[in-house]
Amino acid sequence: MATPLKCDLCTKPATVHLTQIVNNKVHKVDLCEECAQAKGVTDPSGFSLADLLLKASLNPEPAAAAGVRCEQCGFTQNDFKKQGRFGCPACYDTFSALIEPLLDTMHKGITHTGKVPQKALARKSLYDRLTKLETDLTEAIKSERYEDAARTRDEINQVKHSFGQKPSR
Amino acid sequence: MTISSLIDTPSELTDAASSKTAIVLMTRVRLARNLAGNSFPGWAKPAQREEILATCREAVSATLPMKRSLSLSIDELTDLEKQILVERHLISRELSGAKSGAGAVISRDQAYSVMINEEDHLRIQVLRSGFQLKKAWTTINDLDSALEDRLDYAFSPTLGYLTACPTNLGTGMRASAMMHLPALVIASQMEKVVRAVNQLGMVVRGLFGEGSDASGSIFQISNQTTLGESEEGIIKRLGSVLNSIIEHELNARQKLLEADPNKIFDKIGRAFGILQNGHVLSSSEAMNLLSLIRLGVDLGVFPDTNRCVIDRLLIESQPGHLQHAQRGEFEPGQRDLLRAMRLRSEFANFTKPNFTLSSDGPN
Repeated sequence: MATPLKCDLCTKPATVHLTQIVNNKVHKVDLCEECAQAKGVTDPSGFSLADLLLKASLNPEPAAAAGVRCEQCGFTQNDFKKQGRFGCPACYDTFSALIEPLLDTMHKGITHTGKVPQKALARKSLYDRLTKLETDLTEAIKSERYEDAARTRDEINQVKHSFGQKPSR
Repeated sequence: MTISSLIDTPSELTDAASSKTAIVLMTRVRLARNLAGNSFPGWAKPAQREEILATCREAVSATLPMKRSLSLSIDELTDLEKQILVERHLISRELSGAKSGAGAVISRDQAYSVMINEEDHLRIQVLRSGFQLKKAWTTINDLDSALEDRLDYAFSPTLGYLTACPTNLGTGMRASAMMHLPALVIASQMEKVVRAVNQLGMVVRGLFGEGSDASGSIFQISNQTTLGESEEGIIKRLGSVLNSIIEHELNARQKLLEADPNKIFDKIGRAFGILQNGHVLSSSEAMNLLSLIRLGVDLGVFPDTNRCVIDRLLIESQPGHLQHAQRGEFEPGQRDLLRAMRLRSEFANFTKPNFTLSSDGPN
């Protein structure tokens, strides 16, 4: 015998069964009368399954990852539950386990295929290179490897030079 | 440039020259962008918000399209000024509710606006009258690339542009069109359209976005998803959805005329009568009446040249614009009297409706 379906949001028996096709994928949600009302399922214009799925998959989450805190900004999973928004860009790394399964239901795909900020990325890789070279230089001087130090210094000058000329790709 | 001169400058929206835009009133594309290494506005400390605001205002003002622009901080504005900017779709309701540490840079022609510290550090917007999705995308793409020279965006190769809310991840792009769909509303087909559009991954909202009503039969249709599809792909898909909605609206008009032209002409004629003679008009009633006159223009009851007059009045009947024109703040009850007075004078010399031409069918 099939056991009666339970509401995805609380534990009451589900009486509203909703199937929505988003981007050719079938999504099913089972809700009790009250949750269906509360989520506006009865009002098709104001209702988004993605929102609901997001909340549904967050609610039953045990305290497993609740203690995780974003090193960059101090944001926690609880904060995300409350606000539905993240604290800073680094949160996407910190909470990747939480967010990744949601993206599939929320979006058409899970990988970015659009515009890439080429110039900003090129600038960043130059910055990173420069930082690394500067550390190398300090270390070379410290350990009295003067030949290495001279070469590194030349490289640094080269990178700095290209900074001046082209923030572009 | 000051806020009052901006308000009095003809804008892309209030002075749209393209009267050909029968069904799509305007097209909009917005991009959500954030600065790497900074907390999103909703989580940032007040001091950090101020710092981001200053950095972004400077960077945005330095771009070419913003050469002659107005850069403002939200706490410099009066409630009425904020309301006018919302009614012109230049800032969002959310931004207008911000206390401090937020602002916007708006180009003189009001085709570009960049909100700072709304939900994301930057919400870049391009607004075009009529159906110009591709044009809007290429223009906003250029502005975005120009900003990239000055700002380090938060970006991940796999997730794309990182945004405060995961629903905007990826392209961070929301493209939308404002559509006038009176026949679908009269024929009670909107619910069906909304459902079909939802299944195609697009969203239908009222004139002022989420949670707003659709008075005047004006709806906003936009993409729902932002990740896993390129900007061009989204634009193309939205464009074809819009074209099919246009086709449905035209069909619905044809059917209404075939079924009983008197019924639809009666609605248009009555609307005209009320606009000419009414004394108390709420903003929602005014919108609905103007919407019927606009339908009348499309059906050839009024000359084509009158469409841009109606489009201007649709904006000027909004509470903020009405009070600005009257140079004062008024209670809603008084506003309804002033609005009716304003519309009476506009329609006193309006071309008389001609219900006979329409046997040629709608244009």
